[in-house]
Amino acid sequence: MSTEALSPWREAWRVFSSNKAAVLGLLMLAVVAATMVFGPGLYGVSAFDIAGAPFTAPFTDPKLWLGTDYLGRDVLAGVLIGGRATVLVGLSAAAVAVTIGVTIGALAGYFGGWVDLALSRVTELFQVLPALLFAMVLVTLFRPSLTVVVFAIGVVAWTGTARLARAEFLRLTHLEFANAARALGAGHLRLMLREILPNALPPLIVSATLIVGAAILFEAGLSFLGLSDPNVMSWGLMIGSNRRNILECWWAVTFPGAMIFATVLAVSLIGDGLNDALNPKLHLR
Amino acid sequence: MQRTLVTVLRRLALAVGLVLAVLAVNFTLIHAAPGDPALVIAGEMGGADEATMATIRKTYGLDRPLHEQFFTYLGKSVRGDLGTSYTYNRPVIDLILGRLGPTVLLVLTALLCAIVIGTGLGVLASRRPDSFGSGVVTVFSLVGYAMPVFWTGILLVILFGKVWPVMPIAGMRDVRAFGAGPWQAALDVAHHLVLPAATLAIVYLAQYSRLSRASMLEVLGSDYIRTARAKGLSDAVVTFKHALRNALMPIVTIAGLQFGNLISGAVLVETVFSWPGLGTLALDAILGRDYPTLLGVLTFSAILVIVANLITDLSYRWIDPRLRGR
Repeated sequence: MSTEALSPWREAWRVFSSNKAAVLGLLMLAVVAATMVFGPGLYGVSAFDIAGAPFTAPFTDPKLWLGTDYLGRDVLAGVLIGGRATVLVGLSAAAVAVTIGVTIGALAGYFGGWVDLALSRVTELFQVLPALLFAMVLVTLFRPSLTVVVFAIGVVAWTGTARLARAEFLRLTHLEFANAARALGAGHLRLMLREILPNALPPLIVSATLIVGAAILFEAGLSFLGLSDPNVMSWGLMIGSNRRNILECWWAVTFPGAMIFATVLAVSLIGDGLNDALNPKLHLR
Repeated sequence: MQRTLVTVLRRLALAVGLVLAVLAVNFTLIHAAPGDPALVIAGEMGGADEATMATIRKTYGLDRPLHEQFFTYLGKSVRGDLGTSYTYNRPVIDLILGRLGPTVLLVLTALLCAIVIGTGLGVLASRRPDSFGSGVVTVFSLVGYAMPVFWTGILLVILFGKVWPVMPIAGMRDVRAFGAGPWQAALDVAHHLVLPAATLAIVYLAQYSRLSRASMLEVLGSDYIRTARAKGLSDAVVTFKHALRNALMPIVTIAGLQFGNLISGAVLVETVFSWPGLGTLALDAILGRDYPTLLGVLTFSAILVIVANLITDLSYRWIDPRLRGR
């Protein structure tokens, strides 16, 4: 065991990379990412085109490895390209959610008083609205497109981050380093962004990772219900459009579902690893 | 006692405020949606007809100033008038009350299973944190969380619809069971409930087992547990009477917080199993552009969450006697 002091981020990486599950998650995510970035180009079959007879079973036709769905569309083509929309929407929606959550939580925790009271009430309101139903209403009223779906998921997924950010800001605002910066004449914005936020980052990063996983599941759910853009192939859409025929072609729903599962599993393994790496209290265990 | 009463009343007032806020959100949504709110309300009724539009504007008071409209809407909603569904041509409130039961049944069954089994697994795992069984619980909780709930449901439908047909895979009642006695009917519903409830429970089971494992590990390391053991109390008494009660706090907190997610999950599960609840009603409403019904479902499910949070708040007092005086 070396006693040499590492920078906090190097130390975090050391802990993270010694966590086998987290490294496995990172590898899984790399494979999924490579599949959807390079897969469709290499395979060259459109996921919307009729590629063969409907209900072709997998591993029976050498040209159609994973078989075809109820319309005769190539399942493998869909599996390869279907992650692009899902992951893109998941990442963007998580970015929206984290931005809203950190902003609201930071303002509430930093200013306290009536600002905190008002913002906490707003957070509570969004917490009691069942997220999927609320997103369903938004998507229906504003017509389904990827942008609306991103916005809808972002607007319902931020409350957890807001509570966390509020707690962190509340805790850090009156610590000595913040008071020192205040005494040196730092303004509110500078204090929040340059002094407190960097110290609040570790738990927020972990929470952001978890939101990415949740947002991916969310996008898949909305597409499954047929409430995402119908012109963009995604794993959820594949499962949803074959829903009435699952007993005739289990493969058309099983493979895309397995991809969603693998992606979310990878992200949560990484989240767990980050939690261990960035939460210094756990190092001692 | 009096303090408890004051707290309960305060919580109730907050809950009512939240319901009003949800109604305000609904109102804002209708008016923020692109296009004429009369068109939004008219939906599939055929809003192009000028005479119809004028009638709608008049009945809904859309020709009045916005703030006046808001208070009219609020007043009507509070009295239980959520408008009329055009697809079913019935008051929205009747439709919702008819579907509320199945959803509540599904959600509560799933939640109960998840909490009881999940906590049980977590407690077992916490007794020997480095054992093989504990590892299985950890893996199970990761897998359960990452499975999309509708996919789990579909896999179960394939399993019990194709491979091993011992469970009904759709609906809530069997036509053949209509007209049978109440016991028969209850048994029939219970039989239909197994798969949807199991699907919904798996996700939360995973989370509760993980949470209760962590929570138990923390509690089992504390001094009063060592004291209890030193007193010579049996392992079972220490685990269940001393440790579990304190470890329950975070579980109850999360259960309350997650009730909204549970309802979101129920929407997907109901769709997979054609369960006649609020979720399938909402989806039908979307397909029929039936906005009053859709917003009614949103309002009612928010009320369910608010009630669940209220119950959570009050159950803290039962679990933790220190809170009773406050």
